[in-house]
Amino acid sequence: MKIAVLSGKGGTGKTFVSVNLAAVISDAIYLDCDVEEPNGHLFFKPDLTSIEEVYVKVPVVDTTKCSGCRQCVEFCKFNALAYINNSLLIFSELCHSCGGCSLICPDNALSEIDKSVGNVQMGTYKNLTVITGIMNPGEESGVPIIQHLLDHACDKENIVVIDCPAGSSCTVMESIKDADYCVLVTEPTLLSVHNLSMIHELARLLNKPCGVVINKYLNELNPVEQFCQENNLSILARIGFDLYLSVIGAKGLIAVEENRDYQAVFSQLYKQIIKEAGHEAVIDNQR
Amino acid sequence: MDVVAVTVEDISMVTKEDIFKGDLYMKIAIPVLDGALANTNISPSFGRAPFFLLFDTETEEKQFIANSTATASQGGAGIIAAQLIVDQGAEALLTPRCGKNAAEVITAAGVKIYKTVSDDIQESIQAFNAGELKELENIHPGFHHHGGA
Repeated sequence: MKIAVLSGKGGTGKTFVSVNLAAVISDAIYLDCDVEEPNGHLFFKPDLTSIEEVYVKVPVVDTTKCSGCRQCVEFCKFNALAYINNSLLIFSELCHSCGGCSLICPDNALSEIDKSVGNVQMGTYKNLTVITGIMNPGEESGVPIIQHLLDHACDKENIVVIDCPAGSSCTVMESIKDADYCVLVTEPTLLSVHNLSMIHELARLLNKPCGVVINKYLNELNPVEQFCQENNLSILARIGFDLYLSVIGAKGLIAVEENRDYQAVFSQLYKQIIKEAGHEAVIDNQR
Repeated sequence: MDVVAVTVEDISMVTKEDIFKGDLYMKIAIPVLDGALANTNISPSFGRAPFFLLFDTETEEKQFIANSTATASQGGAGIIAAQLIVDQGAEALLTPRCGKNAAEVITAAGVKIYKTVSDDIQESIQAFNAGELKELENIHPGFHHHGGA
């Protein structure tokens, strides 16, 4: 089973929830898909076992063959090509590696080469497998690295916890595409509800069952409760606003290992997810 | 620059002052907010500017062209906008800012980028003609991924 942890807004506590959730599940695989700023490893400090480079295909031009017809420039949906001063300019960081330009070129002037966009680091922490994706600075898209990360978890029996990037863009969509259940982490604020509604819409679009974790919870008078009620969304856990967690986090420690109460909170959250996911599966079967 | 009859040998003799005195004319491009309003303002963005004003400093002829392919694109708007103004024969670009990729295309074409000082088109053209505009120095890395990583 794959559990994706996401939030429309940054700083709500995705990594906090993902790390602590993975830490209460035996033999879990923690997958850090937040490839622009992977933070989970700061808590797990895993023993590295291997590093794999991630490559994508990008076009190169043979200037002796290029006739300047510009068919590739017009074809590219991502505007990764320009034709200036009788030569082709290639912006490889905008390239989505579709290969279309080299297919369409009537002069066979374009071919593809491998370009490194980042790496995937495999490691262990106690009985956990920690897999971290790291994008090279300056790259436009983390999607190829996320695909590589998910490949490591595709046929595993273990519970996989996927720490997603913030927002609701392509990288988030990629991160949750194989997920069996989505945990939507939110703060009890109006801004957070706005972003929550966006990731809820995304999860629904991809037919993913989901539930909400309210982090930094103060009291029942908050706009998230109302949103969840209106949209028939289960609230899986309410994690109270607690300065102790900031202290623990700043020290790079894992709350469930430091404190029995949080051990109980996250064990209960895991049980709740299993229950909800099972419930959804039953409903799916009935349909 | 087909309007001025200077031979290659003469070019080195032409000073910057001569250019701005009107001895040498240029076709300049300016990103603008509207293509129909005479009193439209300069667009704060280059790549996603709705229109470009092409201005011939000799004939003072104005032409508005729509930047519709770039504004409709998901990414790489700056590149396609730069390709457009280069293809239209612009020799100088007057803009408040310009992204890295767009600047690479524009400079590859030998087009100079000047920084505008206000959002008023007429003021900027006058400042350019008087040689008062500085070349744009701080090329920003682009405003990609609006609305989340």
